[in-house]
Amino acid sequence: MSAALVMRASKRFGDRDALVDARLEVAAGTVHAVVGENGAGKSTLLKIVYGLVRADRGQLAIGQRCDLARHGVAAAQALGVGMVHQHGMLVPTLTLAENAALGHEPVRRGLLDLAAARRDLARAAARLEQSLDPDACAGALSVGEQQRAEIVMVVARAQKLLILDEPTALLAPGEVDRLLALLRRIAGDGCAVVLVSHKLDEVAEVADAITVLRAGRTVAELARGVATREVARAMVGGEPPPTGAPPPLPPADAAVVLMVRGLAVHDLSGAATLRPGAGSAGGLRQVSFEVRAGEVVGIAGVEGNGQRELVQAVVGLVPAAAGRITLGGVDMTHATVAARRAAGLAHVAEDRHHHGLVLDATVADNVMLGRLDEVARGLTIDRTRVRTLAERALADLDVRPADPSLAARALSGGNQQKLVVARELGRAAVRAVVAAQPTRGVDLAAQARIHDRLRAAAAAGAAVLVISADLDELFALCHRVAVLHRGAIAGELAGDALRAADARATLGAWMVGAA
Amino acid sequence: MTPSGVDRGGDGARFAELRAAAVALLAAMAAGSLLIILAGASPLEVWRTLVARTFGDAYGAGQVVFRATPLVLTGLAVAVPLRAGLFNIGAEGQMIAAAMCCAVVGAALPAATPALLALPVAMAAAAVAGGAVGAATGALRAYRGAHEVIVAILLNAIIAGVALWLGNQWLFVGEATRTASVVEGARFAELGITGSSASSSVVVALVAAAAVGWLQTRSTIGFRWRMIGGGPDAALAAGISVARDRVSAMAAAGALAGLAGAHFVLGHKHAFEEGLGRGVGFLGVAVALLAQGRAAAIVVSAVLFAALSQGGLGVAELVPKELVDVLQAVVVLVAAATLGRTTSVGGGAR
Ligand SMILES: Nc1ncnc2c1ncn2[C@@H]1O[C@H](COP(=O)(O)OP(=O)(O)OP(=O)(O)O)[C@@H](O)[C@H]1O
Ligand SMILES: [Mg+2]
Repeated sequence: MSAALVMRASKRFGDRDALVDARLEVAAGTVHAVVGENGAGKSTLLKIVYGLVRADRGQLAIGQRCDLARHGVAAAQALGVGMVHQHGMLVPTLTLAENAALGHEPVRRGLLDLAAARRDLARAAARLEQSLDPDACAGALSVGEQQRAEIVMVVARAQKLLILDEPTALLAPGEVDRLLALLRRIAGDGCAVVLVSHKLDEVAEVADAITVLRAGRTVAELARGVATREVARAMVGGEPPPTGAPPPLPPADAAVVLMVRGLAVHDLSGAATLRPGAGSAGGLRQVSFEVRAGEVVGIAGVEGNGQRELVQAVVGLVPAAAGRITLGGVDMTHATVAARRAAGLAHVAEDRHHHGLVLDATVADNVMLGRLDEVARGLTIDRTRVRTLAERALADLDVRPADPSLAARALSGGNQQKLVVARELGRAAVRAVVAAQPTRGVDLAAQARIHDRLRAAAAAGAAVLVISADLDELFALCHRVAVLHRGAIAGELAGDALRAADARATLGAWMVGAA
Repeated sequence: MTPSGVDRGGDGARFAELRAAAVALLAAMAAGSLLIILAGASPLEVWRTLVARTFGDAYGAGQVVFRATPLVLTGLAVAVPLRAGLFNIGAEGQMIAAAMCCAVVGAALPAATPALLALPVAMAAAAVAGGAVGAATGALRAYRGAHEVIVAILLNAIIAGVALWLGNQWLFVGEATRTASVVEGARFAELGITGSSASSSVVVALVAAAAVGWLQTRSTIGFRWRMIGGGPDAALAAGISVARDRVSAMAAAGALAGLAGAHFVLGHKHAFEEGLGRGVGFLGVAVALLAQGRAAAIVVSAVLFAALSQGGLGVAELVPKELVDVLQAVVVLVAAATLGRTTSVGGGAR
């Protein structure tokens, strides 16, 4: 079989090696997974292929030899390479056809030919057996639907190599399966697919071949059928950590720390207001629950069913339209973010780039952000204390590179996530934790460590609320799991019912509103 | 290097910024030389005269100090909000409002007020007036969502008009467009550099630069300004009141611009005059941009711009005087073009 991609590349950022003669060979018509720990160099390697990052040394052949020194996005696209970004690039207020036309506007007699765009998109969708309405407003679709639409658009133009960096991180279980099926279909048509994922069972399910990166080097090239344990071992160069179970149940009379009563929040996506009748579920309606000291409660659900509104209302970023929120028995419904944090609320933000980190600031500054009370001496900042806190946060979750003076932007995605978690859970006197997608984009070892920290927080008496699209994560952490569907709680499982064999099916049914 | 002082990734990045500033200056000189040749003069001759008339003798140097003093202050008035993600184009209006207020208070003091009391009171009046204008601008942005640039442009016009109206109506004395003189005690001492106008207000400018430098790198408020500038959403999620700190940054800026007004009133004219300090607020934008908003660099940048305007007078017989204005603009343009690249770590790798 012919090769769609053959490359070797080295790349340094400052005085650190991101890639050391890393090798990647992808056969045409196959799905190829790239795996490795956080910071191993996966994103950097693929960005080089797509022309977003320039390699220092190496060779690159995409069907034909490329000049690495001149390689760029335009050159990559001309060779038939496409990339789907993890955070969708669709404009929510435009229809899918309009989105497809953006930047590649079909023109007829000097005017935009939207009919042609609609036709092309429908044809591409039909070829890939995707049911897709070119006139649907992008913002009204679920995250999974948007992503599949975007893939169809990219594949319609890039017919040789499709690159996806952690495409499944945002998806609910059912949508993951549909995505993987689509990728197989694309490969079946002869287009090579390269994807990065930290979820090894997905990799095992979909990939024909696997390239394992460790510390910037290619350490293994595995074929289909290798046990996931083997893959994990190759990634870390040793034994992978075991997965844990929820912490011991708190006594039934433990105090309620976080209480939410009849909470309603306006829709944050804006899709409903921008295009009336777009059919968005919209916001949060009448949600009530409570979390006791030492308890871990999970909120499951397909992204876009009110999770964002719930999290932001509880931490104080958006106002509640109705209802009450209390923390430790004190009414906090209208309290500022600062007041809630002072009362011991920790928040692992879902979107680390917006709500978690200031990317251009240093790691130390980012640790200080939100912990200013711990480092302030009057008006002055106690810089020794900053350094201590930063180093402790970096060591706590093994953030690499462990350099407090590095810009947060220079950390890999998973290491940025570790930094946010370490900062929030490392705060003094945490009484309640709101963790939204706490392990999004982190590798197995880091995932285990983050889960340990969340369990430890609960064991120390904090009330922990975990919002996750990953049911396995919720099973491993939670005493109770509630499902959000269209802004309301569709059901809740606890105790034996949550451990029962059919728990996954029950939750899954609630998630899609089929119960 | 201690962590909190660096926000853009360590010593290497800072060195890169210095190098970029040097490149900007060299490029500006090259572009300037080209313009001089086009104007039919000899670049060497012009540059030589420019240096001789500024740093070549005591008078020239004194005048550079005099001109740099308010530029440091308006440069800081732009730099503080710049770090907080706000663009203060209103230093001009803040300065005029402050100068008016400062002149009125300075003249109203009892004639025998000792300098130890009169100077601080008159300066405080300036800082408060400028600060109030700045705070109003910031508040309109923070709480009403009105863009601070538009607000400031409008306020600049309003303040210039109101100052003139107040003056004509009540405050200007005699036939002149000039208010009553401030009392003896409320005047900055002349430094006495052979006839130059430099006064002890330069001390105020240097102290202000040091204070802003301290605020930016060592204080909690400076940290908050930096964070709301770098990532307002993340700052909000971390419990920082973005709205309040936008107001505080603009208030501090207004107070600094106000001190520039005090420099003209208390250190030079000893009264408010129509047209006083005109353009210094706007030039502060250039000073701050060239210095990338860093306090220490602003002093250097202000001296450079002061030297260009002072030296411009000296080369007037060699080249048209507009050329000097063009040169100042070229420095800023080249700086913007070359410095912009160093502001984020990692360049194209995103
Ligand atoms: N713009 C940058 N500036 C400096 N260093 C960088 C930059 N981008 C990446 N790096 C470094 O290069 C290394 C590889 O990063 P990369 O993003 O490729 O990792 P990754 O394998 O994709 O990790 P993750 O699983 O966390 O996404 C890391 O050590 C990272 O800190
Ligand atoms: Mg990555």
